[in-house]
Amino acid sequence: MTDPIFGRLDGSVTPFDDLFRNPSVNEAVASGAALAVILGVVAVVWMLTRHRLWAPLWRDWLTSADHKKIGIMYCVLAGVMLVRGVLEGVVMRTHQVTALDGGMLSADHFAQLFSTHGTIMIFFVATPLITGLINFAVPLQIGARDMAFPVLNQVSLGLTAAGAGLVMVSLVVGQFGTGGWTMYPPYTGATFSPGPGVDYWLWAIGISGIGSTLSGLNFAVTIYKMRCPGMTWLRMPMFTWTALCTAIMMVYAFPPLTVATAMLALDRYLDFHFFTNDLGGNMMHYANVFWMFGHPEVYIVVLPAYGVFSEISATFAAKRLYGYNSLVIATMAIAVISFCVWLHHFFTMGQGAPVNAAFGIATMIIAVPTGVKVYDWLATLYEGRIRMSVPIIYLAGFFILFVFGGLTGVILANPTIDYQVHNSQFLVAHFHNVLIRGTLFGIFAGIHYWFPKAFGFRLDETLARRAAWLWFAGFCLAFLPLYWLGLMGMPRRSASYDNPAFEPAMWLAFAGGLLVLAALATTVWTFVASIRNRAALACPVGDPWDGRTLEWSVPCPAPAFNFFATPSVRALDPLTIEKAEGTPYEEADGYEDIEMPRNTALGMILAVATGVMGFALVWWVWWLAALALVAVIGAVIARAFVEDTHQRIPADELRQAHLAFLRRVRQTRAVDRDDETGPANKGLARPEVPA
Amino acid sequence: MSGTAHPGLNLGAAHGKARDRSEKGAFGFWVFLMSDLIIFGILFATYIVMLPARAGGPGPETLFDLSSIGAQTALLLASSFTYGMASLSMKHGGRRAPVALWLALTGVLGAGFITLEMRDFIHMAGEGGVPSRSGWLSALWALVGLHGLHVAAGLLWIAVMLALLALRGLNDAVKSRLLLLGLYWHFLDLAWIGIFTIVFLGGMA
Repeated sequence: MTDPIFGRLDGSVTPFDDLFRNPSVNEAVASGAALAVILGVVAVVWMLTRHRLWAPLWRDWLTSADHKKIGIMYCVLAGVMLVRGVLEGVVMRTHQVTALDGGMLSADHFAQLFSTHGTIMIFFVATPLITGLINFAVPLQIGARDMAFPVLNQVSLGLTAAGAGLVMVSLVVGQFGTGGWTMYPPYTGATFSPGPGVDYWLWAIGISGIGSTLSGLNFAVTIYKMRCPGMTWLRMPMFTWTALCTAIMMVYAFPPLTVATAMLALDRYLDFHFFTNDLGGNMMHYANVFWMFGHPEVYIVVLPAYGVFSEISATFAAKRLYGYNSLVIATMAIAVISFCVWLHHFFTMGQGAPVNAAFGIATMIIAVPTGVKVYDWLATLYEGRIRMSVPIIYLAGFFILFVFGGLTGVILANPTIDYQVHNSQFLVAHFHNVLIRGTLFGIFAGIHYWFPKAFGFRLDETLARRAAWLWFAGFCLAFLPLYWLGLMGMPRRSASYDNPAFEPAMWLAFAGGLLVLAALATTVWTFVASIRNRAALACPVGDPWDGRTLEWSVPCPAPAFNFFATPSVRALDPLTIEKAEGTPYEEADGYEDIEMPRNTALGMILAVATGVMGFALVWWVWWLAALALVAVIGAVIARAFVEDTHQRIPADELRQAHLAFLRRVRQTRAVDRDDETGPANKGLARPEVPA
Repeated sequence: MSGTAHPGLNLGAAHGKARDRSEKGAFGFWVFLMSDLIIFGILFATYIVMLPARAGGPGPETLFDLSSIGAQTALLLASSFTYGMASLSMKHGGRRAPVALWLALTGVLGAGFITLEMRDFIHMAGEGGVPSRSGWLSALWALVGLHGLHVAAGLLWIAVMLALLALRGLNDAVKSRLLLLGLYWHFLDLAWIGIFTIVFLGGMA
């Protein structure tokens, strides 16, 4: 019987209550995590109040429709979630070294940890990070002033934040599900998992998934319709190409996720029978629909990272990207083939040899365009004047470890081998090897690369290099031993084991976990130290790396309207050509009045309303859920009646700003590429040879 | 921006920015509809997968009432026709009264559809055909119910557009939105034809 006002909520839902009743290491870890969330929120509120930052936060960030700020907020959100995800990984490793015949955590707690870790890393770290990078960089790269739908963009961010918030709240109120990040029924159905844990996952993923669909739509329309004059398809920067493919994949891949979560929710809430054991339910159908999303998703998060590697290999080798057309074709090929391989996630679930063979072959084929890309980047670096700065360190780590991880993927693509190693630590090693080295390294490289464009100063190179090496070493140690463990027969997701032979490799992986923790701390410190030293690291002229694409032709940080005058493009790498011809930084022929979207609170309202709705549904507080739904619909309808959505910036203001920028350019000393990491780099590059 | 303005809308070159904006919006809405179509597609696939999952529960022969389904189909198709008339009067007449009238008529026909559909659902539940009875019934209620929810959302949208017409008249923003609503409304027709064929005609065959 549930309370009509509080639903399933009562005084016993927090981990503190469990710690009080049953003191143990397990409960202490759970309470510590909950306390960390509460203290974190308190610290943020206190900081904002003390520095009187509430009004600027609201005015300049939360209600802004500027694609750059939304992109940055996506990355900040993902950064917070990354900290939690990494910490959970380290806690799991700590548990595993003690897990011979037991372990410090309960099996249930361990299952929650791998479920939240996976959910967070895929949905609230990788996806928002690439969404953030695309948001930030694509309009600048194609010469646009904003996204096609700036307010929708804000709404997408709001929905993602609501989902992330639900996952965070689950640490304090109640518990998360224990079905892994994929939450396979019937285990996660109402019969076997009656508690609120699976519901947290359902609404977090359901709400943020809709946000991702809308993001994909927005990116696709932006790239189709908002390119500046002359920016033809084959003049688009490679990152924009990968963003386009990711956008199209988001539009097609996230709806299956929405359907899978909705059907599981119907099973759990309204006693439907899609995936139950009885009355005709069919759990295989869940696996199919979920992985129709799930497999494209890994390419959704990895393709933009490939785009970053394309940008940085050309920039830091000071060469034109090798094989541009082949990279475009390879990207498109991956996007299409990625929809034809989903079944390799469940070769062992009984669909028979012919079906397995078809999907196994498709899976092997998808390695071919990926190989084309790796060769293209190698050829770009070949005979280039490479500066071994941070993004290139990540690229080097990617080359070695990603190819390693990719090849183990080709091994797994063979169903007969998959039967031996599926559900083992071998698989854990494989997907961490590809996802971390592909997505995370690419995103770190991209953040280092575009950070000056966002904030006007570079990141501290020495610290960032240390962080890069630590990530590299830490991930090697944390995941390579798992291949060995997997081949020895250690299953994934096992809370304890009885074979002492697993222990040595487990200790190696634990040491790797500690190194990863050190890498995380160094990364955080890189940001702190760089912010403190921002005057010395400033590069206001806007081209600190001798960039090749349009975004480097505007100041750092980029102005709200992006471009003083709409650029026009004649070829690939327009800025490199202008610099070679000696014509960058010139006054435009004419300036026009422009219209920029006004601030709006719609995204925040929807974030709060959908977050409250999700929470209320998790705890069966029906009246609150209904109220929140009415608020969502009401806010959207009210928005339709707002007429004054744009503000005008007069041409003269743009011209004055541009002239001031050009004066600054003339007063700045240019730096050679070799000195770009030094203090003399104020953002004006001196190219040596026409490239 | 190059390209042709969407047919059915009186936004010539003279409309400048309004035309550009409507082009982005229309294209974005097409993309949205594609993504919505994936949702319907998966539910259709689910329905077909679940066809044998009757679990001894009631089937189409006791639950479906083809004459009611036929009436619903007629109402929905007629409402698409009246929406087409609304689009034509927007393009050629440019006065708000006929547009509002056709729009309201579309809403009435849509509401008729929803009423009949609700009656059918109640009838099915009375015969024991509730979604908790079998996998097949779960899939049926989800697919047909989702279409019904779409129509209900469309009715709400029509109401909002009538309010905007009354407040603002036929300005550029209202015209663009009426164009999008038209795409949405015809899309629902399309989805219904799929449901009518696969679920109802297929079930009675």
